Amino acid sequence: MPELLSWSILLLPLCSAAVIQLLLREMAGIAVRMSVASVATTFVIALVLLGSEDRTLAVQWATAGSFHIEIGLIIDDLSRGMMIVVTGVGLLVHLFSLAYMKEDEARARYFAGLSIFMFSMTGIVLASNFIMMFIFWELVGFSSYLLIGHWFQKNSAAEAAKKAFLVNRIGDFGFMIGILMLWGILGTFAFREMSESTTVIAQSSSMLTGIAVLLVFCGALGKSAQVPLHVWLPDAMEGPTPVSALIHAATMVAAGVYMLFRLQLSAGIEIFEGFAGTTIAWVGGITSLLAALMATQQDDIKRVLAYSTLSQLGYMVMAVGLAGEHSAEAGMFHLYTHAWFKALLFLGSGAVIYACHHEQNIWKMGGLFQRMRKTTVTFAIGTAALMAIYPLSGFWSKEQILEAAHHDQPVLFWLAIIVATLTPFYMTRLFIVAFLGKGRGHGAQTAKEVPPLMLYPLFALSCMAVIAGFTPVAETLSPAFHHPSHSFSLTNPVFLISLAALIIGIGSGILVYRGRDSDPLEGSAIFKIFRNKFYFDEVYLVLVRIFQNAVAIVVHFLDDFIIGNLIVGGLVRTASGVGNLFRKLQSGNLQGYAFLFGAGIILIIYLTVFAR
Amino acid sequence: MTACLLLIPLIGVIAILKGRDPGATARLATTLMLATGILLAGLWAMGIRDGLSIAPVVLSKPEIRLGLGLYDGMSVIMMLLSVVVAFAAARTGSCKKRHESLWNISLLLVAAGAVGAFISTDLFFFYAFHELALVPTFLMIGILGRGERKIIAWKATIYLAFGSIVLLAGLLWLIAASGTSSLAFEDLLKTSIPAEDQPGIALFLIIGFGTLVSLFPFHSWAAPTYASAPAPISMLHAGVLKKFGLYGLLRLHPLVPEGMSHWLNLVIVLLIGNILWVGFVTINQKRLDLMLGNSSVMHMGYIFLAFAALIEAGAQIENPVAMPAAILLMFAHGVTIAMLFGLTDRIEKKTGTLDLRNLGGLASLTPKLAFLFGLAAMASIGLPGLANFAGEVMVFIAGFRGWQAGSGLGSVQIATIIALWGLVISAVYMLRAYRRTFQGPEGSHIKNAEDLSSNERRPAIFLAFVLVIVGLFPNLLLGLLENSGSATSEPSEVQNPLEPALPPDPEAQPQQAMLAN
Repeated sequence: MPELLSWSILLLPLCSAAVIQLLLREMAGIAVRMSVASVATTFVIALVLLGSEDRTLAVQWATAGSFHIEIGLIIDDLSRGMMIVVTGVGLLVHLFSLAYMKEDEARARYFAGLSIFMFSMTGIVLASNFIMMFIFWELVGFSSYLLIGHWFQKNSAAEAAKKAFLVNRIGDFGFMIGILMLWGILGTFAFREMSESTTVIAQSSSMLTGIAVLLVFCGALGKSAQVPLHVWLPDAMEGPTPVSALIHAATMVAAGVYMLFRLQLSAGIEIFEGFAGTTIAWVGGITSLLAALMATQQDDIKRVLAYSTLSQLGYMVMAVGLAGEHSAEAGMFHLYTHAWFKALLFLGSGAVIYACHHEQNIWKMGGLFQRMRKTTVTFAIGTAALMAIYPLSGFWSKEQILEAAHHDQPVLFWLAIIVATLTPFYMTRLFIVAFLGKGRGHGAQTAKEVPPLMLYPLFALSCMAVIAGFTPVAETLSPAFHHPSHSFSLTNPVFLISLAALIIGIGSGILVYRGRDSDPLEGSAIFKIFRNKFYFDEVYLVLVRIFQNAVAIVVHFLDDFIIGNLIVGGLVRTASGVGNLFRKLQSGNLQGYAFLFGAGIILIIYLTVFAR
Repeated sequence: MTACLLLIPLIGVIAILKGRDPGATARLATTLMLATGILLAGLWAMGIRDGLSIAPVVLSKPEIRLGLGLYDGMSVIMMLLSVVVAFAAARTGSCKKRHESLWNISLLLVAAGAVGAFISTDLFFFYAFHELALVPTFLMIGILGRGERKIIAWKATIYLAFGSIVLLAGLLWLIAASGTSSLAFEDLLKTSIPAEDQPGIALFLIIGFGTLVSLFPFHSWAAPTYASAPAPISMLHAGVLKKFGLYGLLRLHPLVPEGMSHWLNLVIVLLIGNILWVGFVTINQKRLDLMLGNSSVMHMGYIFLAFAALIEAGAQIENPVAMPAAILLMFAHGVTIAMLFGLTDRIEKKTGTLDLRNLGGLASLTPKLAFLFGLAAMASIGLPGLANFAGEVMVFIAGFRGWQAGSGLGSVQIATIIALWGLVISAVYMLRAYRRTFQGPEGSHIKNAEDLSSNERRPAIFLAFVLVIVGLFPNLLLGLLENSGSATSEPSEVQNPLEPALPPDPEAQPQQAMLAN
């Protein structure tokens, strides 16, 4: 029975997507219900599985002689907990979408996309080996492509979808090499068997292992949008907002962290020691800093949240890379708390955008507190959790990451503290500008509270944003998120420093933005760099022009004119000249030559063989 | 019974000549071929293999037999590919009334030639069927093609004739060196070729077969040919007939293992040319049909990569993944490219253009066409769940199969890494083309485009179904390769005599452990 449940948690969403796509495209009403029913069922199964024992299931997928690739499910603390996050947030996002996408003509396609995503994400979480993880890794990228490009008639959405797919492919290039190299080093793709190969690692050079781990990390670089492959995530905000909440905040972008944690859990922390772990930690730290700086100057409510997601993902990646005693658990814990409160913030922004008639610029909002009190309160809770205010969920996980950094890499700790100052600063800015003061745009002045179907998911997520960090809750959902040894005291220097950072951040945010109608920092040169996202996109555009388009043009030219025209073209001209000659002589045509050609060849073979 | 596969289309041709409705006859014949093919594969899978083949002697000195049968799992899979694509091709495209007979006869002859080559168990007919299938191909391009059809037909003819002649020379040398009196694969593969002849024969085979598969730098015939040829011919040639070269290499390489290993680095350089060079050429294409033609050339590089892994292993250790990987990818690519060419033909019919600069926003008007094309495009860039991914991932695994931590990366591993970058390149051109054709605001040429009718959808849906089934359950095909009665790979899979002689292999033990589960 638990086996059947485990398989159905994976396959139900796939069935839902297939049925909608093939049969229900014209019947949006049924399609929508079907998709919601499938995600609700998987959530219930995820709850049931919480009580089940650890197990691994497998079927053979591709067999070649003595070698085979398996599709398998690994049910353990880590995957059980992650499934709660994925199906829980997934369910709430589906419900929210019911209202949010009500007017959309293509909502059957939208819900089919969500179902494909749920299938793919479940596959990543439950994957028992690296090849299967890669399969679903690609599939989440594909579903993300579908959903970002939901409104494909818009050029910006179509471009954003393409960009997300391509940037992820670049990451996956390294990922696959890494998987293959680790296979050579550890001798297995299966996570469960990696621990048995630790002796092998000791023998083979640690240099090679480090390189392989970094290549695997490239996958996370793309999927979890770390610098320098972060550029797709802000653009991905072109997709419908519930999609941003589910895929580009709570679950898919966290897959990179999950994958690294799974690897660390399976192969042992040793393979992250040395330069590999250090590099990963620094990439995470730098991402969190750069993204926080960029977030301070965004005007689009979703983009502020997108950069804050980048920044928080950077925290998680840093924690995993620190390779300290419990640092990776801290990163995973942050993944789990972040999923709830960031989904809350995104759905909240969705509610605001919906109420303001698709206005996304915070400077055209304002005064929303008076018009949408319930939404505002939930958004405030999410903001507080993101700022890591005691005792909301974000506080507990962030504190653990800071502790870990303090313990292992003091430089990164101070970098993380800067981020911890910036986060409250830009979130204060967002909250003051969008929700307080008076309405500045038509949308904001006529905004009304959103329907209950959108509010209930916000309430549920607010609830989780408050309680998810408490030990009893985290322990119940998964021991993998939480290690009980952590004790928290008011005299801890880490706590005091981060408290100071929080107060400075909020305080300066209030000072700068209270009562403003436009951004006072806009004019300064350094903030212009933040606003323009450190010019990453512009640099990439030049690189693509030079290294891809220009090379393609040159190669195409060479191919056409040297290989195609000069060498072969010459032959062709000679031949058709001869052909013309024959045509005059014999008034033949191409049919005749084709026939002669075939007959001649056969004759030649026959004669040669016969003559032997 | 296997001979029916050849008889059905030939009877169809005669029926058309006798005045039957050409379209209906071709459709019926391909349906019967498909049914026969599936039945044969089913029998093969169940282990019923006796009485399926015939081999009447047509010439006694040297002994040439008209051997028709299923030689091994690879033949079965390629035969299935032929009948699947033929079935779809007969339902794609249209022509003027007065050309209908020519169109359908050519189609049936190409299908017959392709299937004939794959079910031949004799070298002579293996070669001859392929040559016969080329004749109607040239005819169709020269008479019914688009653009500069005469020039293109000539170009293709010269290239393929060049390949065929080189190949013929190689085969004759091979026959001479083996000293065999029978050209049946069964007898031929038992012979051994003297070491001094091997490199020469191998080179002739690589160049000859390679040209037929558009191996770099003998590739420039392919894209214009496919763009010019009528859709069913592009489908059959790119999808099936072209695989003849790969099939031949995979079939004959055990005869000259050392010779093939000798040219390993050459093969690697050429296949990287296919993937990188042609990949960049593909990025720069402005027309959908030329883009697809070039992409099909590029994807041949992956199959050659599996071949490289195979011949690298040939000299040292067994690589059990390479052969199935190559066969699976051949099948997947054949179905995908056929589907893409078929749908591209529809796009041109609906909009009157294939210029990517004039298209756009087609998905709003023709959602079904957009869905099917998107599915095929995703298949061709290796989306998991569709057949190509299974083949590609196995190719990459094959590439790293021989690598052990501690030794540096060998040339096959480096080629694998470069090939992985090819996945980025193919995503670039495919998504760009899809974006320009189907997404964004509506382009200038598509005002009145209608969606696919159910008749037009049918062949594409059929091919899509095959892609999905094989993609989800690759073992359905790979199972045909297992325990093949007369397969060459079978004995070595059971026990590789070289393996115990190797130094203790740190990789082998955990791998065995994994396999045991």
